Amino acid sequence: MKNIKVLGSGCRNCQTTYDLIRKAAEEKGVPVQLEKIEDIGQIMSYGVMSTPGVVIDGKVVHAGGVPDRKTIDAWL
Amino acid sequence: MFDALANLVVYQWLGLDPASHLGAAVHFFVMDTAKIFVMLVIIIYVMGLLRALLSPEKVRDYVRGKPKWMARSTAVGLGAVTPFCSCSSVPLFIGFVEAGIPLGVTFSFLIASPMINEVAVVILIGILGWELTLMYVAAGLTVAYVGGIIMERFKPERWVEDYVWKIHMGQVALPEPDTSLAGRHRYAWNEVKEIVSRLWKWVVAGIAVGALFHGYVPEGWVTEHLGDKDNWLAVPGAVLLGVPLYSNATGVIPVAEAMLGKGVAIGTTLAFMMSIAALSVPELIILRKVIKWPGLAAFTGVLAIAFMLVGWGFNLFT
Repeated sequence: MKNIKVLGSGCRNCQTTYDLIRKAAEEKGVPVQLEKIEDIGQIMSYGVMSTPGVVIDGKVVHAGGVPDRKTIDAWL
Repeated sequence: MFDALANLVVYQWLGLDPASHLGAAVHFFVMDTAKIFVMLVIIIYVMGLLRALLSPEKVRDYVRGKPKWMARSTAVGLGAVTPFCSCSSVPLFIGFVEAGIPLGVTFSFLIASPMINEVAVVILIGILGWELTLMYVAAGLTVAYVGGIIMERFKPERWVEDYVWKIHMGQVALPEPDTSLAGRHRYAWNEVKEIVSRLWKWVVAGIAVGALFHGYVPEGWVTEHLGDKDNWLAVPGAVLLGVPLYSNATGVIPVAEAMLGKGVAIGTTLAFMMSIAALSVPELIILRKVIKWPGLAAFTGVLAIAFMLVGWGFNLFT
């Protein structure tokens, strides 16, 4: 099972990203472990300054904006 | 073109009288809405295609380890071409501190970033002409550069929240962007959707305020109270009024357009625009997460004084 973390200090775009990924995973029937990381220290430890960022299985795959649906599907 | 469109909609279809207050206000609203939104979509899309939008990670790499004057110039320049949403201010601040970039330079960046960006500049040229744009940009860059130097004199290190110094940033390679044409188009279109959905409220509010000002405020009242350059209280008044009010640099343009149209002095208008774009309560609340209250007070004070000097300076020389 993939572990997906959404990095974001609670701004609207971060919530949107989280919801988009959850919806995409549900629709495709892919089981994922989805987490939201809001602690700024933890976010920065991934080397990400522009939120929202997305981390899959410990690897940063996206930073600085809401990812589009195609990109999300490719991750899953 | 936009003038003709607004004439058609307001005077022909809605049948409003061009000489009435309502007619003038609605005409201003329709024309500016059409003009600004068309320009917004085009600029953001083109910038997205060019992928000219720098990420904060790259800005940090450019600025770190440079001699101070060069670091500051780079920070101000990059701050002016990067439209970061104010919710990125906190990670940006921490990232800069962690990279060992001097706080004064970080402040220069934080001042330049909301005040000037390429979207606002193109719309400024389209609405107010290049001369005023040049004045606004030159004044903004100067304020950012000098403001950072003055902030440094206050030894702002003591005002940074303790936890900021303890954060250690990881070195993770960020994913390479997709540079194919389809990838660029997708990225650019996403940028348009994201930025327009973030900006439109501020822009519409700005146009509405501008339209009311344009249609209902009598010219005589303006020239008497705000147009007179000898009335030196007009500038601090404009700055103070701008602090609690918040809009981004793009939303404030139609308001400035209406003010200038009614004869408000240029310096007063510039000071008002800068105060609205760069100093705001929501922005200060976000920065409060990393900077203590006395630091924020110094930041606000330095900027407010700088904007007043800009206003008086332009009123004196124009």
